[in-house]
Amino acid sequence: MTDTTIQPSDVVETDDGISLKVKLARATRRNKLRALALVAPLGIFLIIGFLWPIGAMLLRSVHAPDFGEIMHRTAVVIEAWDGEGIPDEHVFAALVEDLTQAKEEKTIGRAATRFNFSMPGTRSVFTRTGRKINSIEEGPYTEAMIEINEAWGGHEFWLNFQRLVEPYTARFYLNSVDYRIGDENEIAVQPEERQIYVKLFVRTLIMSLIITTLCIILGYPISYLLATLPLRYSNLLMILVLLPFWTSLLVRTTSWITLLQKEGVLNDIVVGIGLVADENRLQMMFNATGTVIAMVHILLPFLVLPLFSVMKTIPPSYMRAARSMGATQFTAFRRVYIPQTLPGVGAGSILVFILSIGFYITPALVGGQSGQLISNIIAYHMQRSLNWGLAAALATILLIGVLLLYWLYNKIVGVDNMKFG
Amino acid sequence: MPLPSYAGPGEKLWYYSFRVYCALVFLFLILPILIIIPLSFNAEPYFSFSEGMLRFDPDAYSLRWYLDILTNGMSDRDAPFGWAWISDSWNNAQWIHSMRNSFFIAIVSTILATVFGTLAALGLSQADMPYRNLIMSLLIAPMIVPLIITAAALFFFLSDLSLSQTYTGIIIAHAVLGVPFVVITVTATLVGFDRSLMRAGANMGANPRTVFFKIVMPLITPGMISGALFAFITSFDEVVAVIFLAGFEQRTIPRQMWSGLREQISPTILAVATIMVTLSIVLLTVLELLRRRSERLRGIAPQ
Repeated sequence: MTDTTIQPSDVVETDDGISLKVKLARATRRNKLRALALVAPLGIFLIIGFLWPIGAMLLRSVHAPDFGEIMHRTAVVIEAWDGEGIPDEHVFAALVEDLTQAKEEKTIGRAATRFNFSMPGTRSVFTRTGRKINSIEEGPYTEAMIEINEAWGGHEFWLNFQRLVEPYTARFYLNSVDYRIGDENEIAVQPEERQIYVKLFVRTLIMSLIITTLCIILGYPISYLLATLPLRYSNLLMILVLLPFWTSLLVRTTSWITLLQKEGVLNDIVVGIGLVADENRLQMMFNATGTVIAMVHILLPFLVLPLFSVMKTIPPSYMRAARSMGATQFTAFRRVYIPQTLPGVGAGSILVFILSIGFYITPALVGGQSGQLISNIIAYHMQRSLNWGLAAALATILLIGVLLLYWLYNKIVGVDNMKFG
Repeated sequence: MPLPSYAGPGEKLWYYSFRVYCALVFLFLILPILIIIPLSFNAEPYFSFSEGMLRFDPDAYSLRWYLDILTNGMSDRDAPFGWAWISDSWNNAQWIHSMRNSFFIAIVSTILATVFGTLAALGLSQADMPYRNLIMSLLIAPMIVPLIITAAALFFFLSDLSLSQTYTGIIIAHAVLGVPFVVITVTATLVGFDRSLMRAGANMGANPRTVFFKIVMPLITPGMISGALFAFITSFDEVVAVIFLAGFEQRTIPRQMWSGLREQISPTILAVATIMVTLSIVLLTVLELLRRRSERLRGIAPQ
């Protein structure tokens, strides 16, 4: 044995002959596994009930196999078409077969809806052709189809058809930033009257910024008051913040409708004291103003609570020290107090901002036309127009924005430090 | 902070205007909630104070909207009061139906969220937890992701499993949404947890199970209950997921209020809102009592 090998007696051993290091590593591993096992049920529940559904929905923003599945025969033969003029007889023959099958399975409406999203005004081409498809018994199919509806002879119509049978597409993302795939497969700007989404995103951001700013303006002073008052009073005043926090969102929105509507309390008051004539009552609801007022009220506690808990930890002696060294009250507040509260302001305002860019209920009820946010248009495409691909694309953009802010929030406060009440 | 005796006139003015400003903000917070309470007793079908109400004329006040909660949707609302009337109301009245749904869904999803959430919080507070921050961010995510996205995603997911328009589907959705609150509150309780207590228990011969039930449980119970209350109120208030996932049969109170506000607005909504405000006052009181108890148990003296 040489000098470099470790003598057995150098290694610390436990009484059963295993080195302490190994035992310690084992114990750590066991602890790790136990900790993971405790988190596992919730982790699995959230992966199945939250992450997976969200992932699957986001996939819809690029994956739209519907049209291609209904038109599966045409989808195969149209691949050979070079994009010049209109496709040849094979394609039309396949199309007649597909439409006949779709008519039996009652899927023509679905195909028509999909087609209509990318080429508005074409819905009836499919439904009308569907009604007459049984009258075509034999070829040549090209002439027969154009006879039924001349749209089938359109070059651009077929280019769109060729794009739609592809299961993967970028058109929903293009649409959600007001672009589209043009007639010649190029990326083009949407026509003026259909440019709504960028405006809506910008409006959502601006309104969220206004709401966050108003929350800071209203919330900072009262957090300061709550943090500096003696506990007896501040506990009492805290109820005034916590009660709205705990009251149902729908209830608070109802209150604001009661207050703001034309026949509502606020209008009755200003008419009653003669500020405004009865016939021109103020329009405070069904516009952006109503949304901002109601949302500030709803989100204010989310700013006050984190800000208060930060302010609570600032020793009052710092301010006194600054004053004793000759600073005026204002300078001491500005140079000593405010910088220490910035983490709280950051945490609260990011939270308010995150919540407000995803807000749905209040804008839908008090927003009218000009108070709608991006969530409302997502809901519209989910429930009314059924353009799920576009809804998914808009949702993905919104989600990415929110996750970036969440990441920022994590950097500033850390999820561990999130607290309520 | 009282006004120091050496304060000059400018400082005095600033001090009082600051107080007035704060008072206005507090009024802004609380008045909209309080204003609906007297309005819910309006005898007229209006959303504003009638002249009679302002004169405190007893005739201008009535309980008709509260009665409407009980009777709206009954098969025979003019029947004499008795067992048949009560059972008719219990089975057929729309608001009563929604209330039963709301409580049922909220209670079941709260139990799910509390059990999963508490276990996870116990795991997260272990010193050896790997990827702690990443896992914590994932568990909190349902609170951050906009509700409309979660609701839409669950709509597709549950439709594929043919679970949309069922109680199961809504309960799953609400459990997902309630989990972050339980995780956060229980983790917060465990932060100040004195681990030597567990070692002391083990030292005195208790096995891990006894230690858990006799030492850990009593200490985390307040956190667990307040987490459960948060999960309960989250489910009780939640409307976006319900809009997407519930059929007529599964309507909850917020869902009923939502369609009431959009379609036929009636002061019955104000009566329901008043009941909801009362409920939140009760929950808030329970939560405050729990917080005090927790502080006492953990030996933090109230300042």
